Amino acid sequence: MSAPASSAVSIRGLRKAFGPKTVLDGIDLEIRRGEFFVLLGPSGTGKTTLLRILAGLELPDEGTVLAPRRRTTVYQEPRLVQARRVLANVTLGLPRSAREAGRGALAEVGLEGYGGAWPATLSGGEAQRVALARALVRDPELLLLDEPFAALDALTRLQMQELVAELCERHRPAVVLVTHDVDEAVRLADRVAVLREGSFAVEQPIDLPHPRDRSDPAFIAHRRRFLSHLGVAAASH
Amino acid sequence: MTLEGVTQAPSTSTEGAAAASSAAASPIAAFPIGVSSAAASSAAASPAAASPIGVFSAGASPVTVPPGAAPPGVLEPPRYLGSRRRRPAVSTAVRVAVPLLLVAAWWYGTGSGAIPPDVLAGPGAVLGALGELVATGQLGDYLLASARRAGLGVLAGGGIGLLLGVVAGLSALGEELIDPTMQMKRAVPFLALVPLFISWFGVEETFKVVLIAVAAAGPMYAYSYLGVRGVDRKTAEAARGFGLTGPRLVLGVIIPTALPNILMALRICLSVSLTGLIAAEQIGATEGIGYLVTLAQQYYRSDYMVLCILIYAVLGLLIDLAIRGVERLAMPWRGHVAAR
Repeated sequence: MSAPASSAVSIRGLRKAFGPKTVLDGIDLEIRRGEFFVLLGPSGTGKTTLLRILAGLELPDEGTVLAPRRRTTVYQEPRLVQARRVLANVTLGLPRSAREAGRGALAEVGLEGYGGAWPATLSGGEAQRVALARALVRDPELLLLDEPFAALDALTRLQMQELVAELCERHRPAVVLVTHDVDEAVRLADRVAVLREGSFAVEQPIDLPHPRDRSDPAFIAHRRRFLSHLGVAAASH
Repeated sequence: MTLEGVTQAPSTSTEGAAAASSAAASPIAAFPIGVSSAAASSAAASPAAASPIGVFSAGASPVTVPPGAAPPGVLEPPRYLGSRRRRPAVSTAVRVAVPLLLVAAWWYGTGSGAIPPDVLAGPGAVLGALGELVATGQLGDYLLASARRAGLGVLAGGGIGLLLGVVAGLSALGEELIDPTMQMKRAVPFLALVPLFISWFGVEETFKVVLIAVAAAGPMYAYSYLGVRGVDRKTAEAARGFGLTGPRLVLGVIIPTALPNILMALRICLSVSLTGLIAAEQIGATEGIGYLVTLAQQYYRSDYMVLCILIYAVLGLLIDLAIRGVERLAMPWRGHVAAR
């Protein structure tokens, strides 16, 4: 099977079960090059499993999954090697000649001059930005983001969302962001899919202009809609 | 009721005092666990009111106040629970105090005649023996010979132990292949292998080095295995995702992260090698600090016996210092991680 040339991800009939629990039940998904795709859902619905299958960390039980080889993941935790300096973490697995690019990536995430620091001296937000630089320096065609902002404080989370939106705008990788934060989804996505009981309960393009205003009635309408799909009463706001 | 700052940022004593003096006017943000915020703020507004401690909500049974707790309504600066910096001079003084006391007791005991010289030689006699050994050049030769045997043995045994430990720690197959054998090997005291090794290797250098290598392999295996297993799986998974596999993963991520354990193992290997030297140099040796122990025993020289103990003690100290130095050089990131 081959995917359309414009696709960065092509999934057909994906099934995955853990024991008796089927978490992904016949998923079909095409993601265009440069598209920001957000996978929304409560915890334990298989969002992360789908992402891990794309990253090659889980095997599908059934179906075809096609993804570019140049892909990289940012996880919920920074997952830095504590025994290596920041720059060595950014260029992990790359040849020495990538060090200059590594410094450039650090500068892009606002950590210019942090190359020589030890990971343990960084704040949570800084460490996560290093993880982002480590992904960027590989110039991915597909960027997999596994709740990368979930462990950050509210303020840092907003800044990081801003940064990710900006970087993706500049580098245009295809992005799969897994999150349970509806605001985050509506703010960043070109398209949002809500995963429930193994399949997409809804798939919705978001064609609001960037940067998006949370008080925009269209923004609020999207949020209300996704919240109701997630089974949360959207009476507030 | 005590208003200790359990949920508060660390506060200096002056801040605490200021908070205490103004507490009646402003509800400070320090609620004892288990007290509802309404109860706490009402207490702050009227400190003379009935004790709110243990009041979860109306009707709940009150929590008993632990003995020694401050009376209700009394504010105090939060007791500092962090660690205080120790002055280096005090720390060093305490460090050397116990060894110095032991030496002083030895000096006094032997000098005053309370301990007869054939039980324990005095410092003077031991220093004399040391002078003798230094003058003839034997001490240097002995130390060099022993260092060579121990060094080669630890290098070979530690290297093999490290390799096996990393393989067993990394792969399930490696663990299945290696671990049971190494656990059995660890249960066998290496001294029990002396007769067998003599019959295989004779009593020359090979026997000595192999004996120390076998002794050193056990602890290195056990600690490096633990160290590798302790490497965060998620970090290793991420590193694999960034294209690090096989030897590059081991050298780039696993070994650096497991280094604290590996250096701990090296420390133990070196100590074990000192034990190994005594056994190895008892037989077929004409020099070495283990040979010196044998000599002292044969000629019943109490001064040499004590000298041997002192040499071992100093070697232990040097090993400790050397490993501390290596730790500082090889693990600069730990300064920010270790609790102490």
